Amino acid sequence: MTGNIDISVKDCNLWYTNFQALKDISMEIEEQKVTAFIGPSGCGKSTFIRIFNRMNDLIEGCKITGEITIGGKDIYAKETDVTVLRKNVGMIFQKPNPFPMSIYDNVAFGPRTAGIKKKTVLDEMVERSIKQAGLWNEVSDRLKKSALGLSGGQQQRLCIARALAAEPKILLMDEPTSALDPISTGTIEDLVSELKNHFTIVIVTHNMQQATRISDKTAFFLLGEVVEYDETTKIFTNPTDKRTENYITGRFG
Amino acid sequence: MGMLGNLVVVAVLLALIKPVRYVYNNFLPEKVLHKLVRFWDKVFLAIIWIFAGMTVAALGFIIFHVLSNGLPHLTIPGLFSFDAPPETVTLIPAIVSTFIMVALVLLIAVPLGVLSAVFLVEYTGAGNKFVTIIRSAAEVLAGIPSIVYGLFGMMFFRVFLGLGMSVLSGTLTMSIMMLPLIMRTTEEALKAVPMTYREASFALGAGKLRTVFRIVLPSAIPGILAGVILAIGRVVGESAALIFTAGALLEPRIPSGLFDTASTLTVHMWQLSNYGRFMNETYAAAVVLLIIVLLLNALSAFIARKFSKV
Ligand SMILES: Nc1ncnc2c1ncn2[C@@H]1O[C@H](COP(=O)(O)OP(=O)(O)O)[C@@H](O)[C@H]1O
Ligand SMILES: [Mg+2]
Repeated sequence: MTGNIDISVKDCNLWYTNFQALKDISMEIEEQKVTAFIGPSGCGKSTFIRIFNRMNDLIEGCKITGEITIGGKDIYAKETDVTVLRKNVGMIFQKPNPFPMSIYDNVAFGPRTAGIKKKTVLDEMVERSIKQAGLWNEVSDRLKKSALGLSGGQQQRLCIARALAAEPKILLMDEPTSALDPISTGTIEDLVSELKNHFTIVIVTHNMQQATRISDKTAFFLLGEVVEYDETTKIFTNPTDKRTENYITGRFG
Repeated sequence: MGMLGNLVVVAVLLALIKPVRYVYNNFLPEKVLHKLVRFWDKVFLAIIWIFAGMTVAALGFIIFHVLSNGLPHLTIPGLFSFDAPPETVTLIPAIVSTFIMVALVLLIAVPLGVLSAVFLVEYTGAGNKFVTIIRSAAEVLAGIPSIVYGLFGMMFFRVFLGLGMSVLSGTLTMSIMMLPLIMRTTEEALKAVPMTYREASFALGAGKLRTVFRIVLPSAIPGILAGVILAIGRVVGESAALIFTAGALLEPRIPSGLFDTASTLTVHMWQLSNYGRFMNETYAAAVVLLIIVLLLNALSAFIARKFSKV
């Protein structure tokens, strides 16, 4: 059951100045699937996921080698427009980070960045994205109110709506529920399962139950390397590598 | 002697803290120790209250003094007439000059200061030599007494550039004086904007320019405004730098243009008090100044509240 390859990584190495954070990673991520990254903290999950939208470019002294393609295009090629890449590859962060502006303006930020000015078009995009993020019933009557007045779970769904409004093809989520309560976490997990019908989703999670609940494939990271990458059921029921087994059975980590 | 004496007292007290602690902790029964601790807590709380009270009292006294001496002479329209006969005082030209001066200074210093700060914070890496130099220069500038700015303005704008004793000379001098202040407060405000806002903006495909001007700067506005209002207060209250550059007429008139002289309210007040004959009017001017400053404070509080809501 392999689908189309969306993201392909070959022999990727990454250094923060002199510290090598990623070592020889090769991986293929399938279209419209949920791929989970698990592993102890500091093993390079965030570093790796931030390669796909080139967020590491913002870090001084960060050096990357290898070949990373999305939809067959080398995203680190000279002619790649990073802003276009980031429009196509949306990102949800660990802590909800809505802008200090209205709910509407938050969601409209992506489309406006893309140059859309017409109010009717913006209205329609905002509504569609918020609905898609399952937040419409809660905020439809206060779109002009500050986004900072929402609860943590609502803020995170707003951030998802904001990412969706930019009309990405891929969604990167870096521990999107680690700052949320269990109920909000459940809501977001349901949302991810729904969104995978339209998007390729890569999610970092510290929560192994979450990985089993929502992901199709799982990669286990350790000290900057991918130890094992396989179907989620295989990883969690019959891992090949001893280190993976130790980690998922909680023997270290 | 006084200074040295104080230092000695402080040193002795500091030296005593350790041994006293030691005795407290090791030789006193628990109960006594608790009582003592509570006793000293009360003493220090009382001291804090006394000092806080003194600050408030000083402020209260100044306000009371100014109001009681000035309010009775704050004649309306008398002091606020547009065509006062000679030998009488009107505050209108000085008030108008003050507003003109404030507006012009802000027009120059705010964009320049804010943009410099944006450049320093958003466009240069940490530990940049150039930035360090600019920052220490700004710090030095901020510490220079205003009279020195006045002399500089007189030599440079008035004489060297030939702008004369004028609104323009005064404005330029004050703008240079306000630049470090605006830069500093804006820098702090920009640094206080969470990194996560910038990340979120970049992740949505926004470029640097859009991120800075649509996300970072708007989030920093309350902090920037705080600096702007501080600057307004400084311009309103400035005398030395303006006396040498914009002029100090005993009977000021509303300036006819950028090259005409002008006296702000503070300068005018200084002139009035110099003459001795106009003490009552001086106090009345002080009341007006006080009101302007209080209004500015209220405005800054209002703006901060308004922005922190959205
Ligand atoms: N900006 C940075 N500069 C230097 N080292 C970093 C930076 N970001 C992360 N690291 C280091 O890289 C390693 C991987 O970090 P990260 O990708 O955040 O791990 P994870 O997300 O799996 O917890 C860690 O050892 C971390 O200390
Ligand atoms: Mg991480």
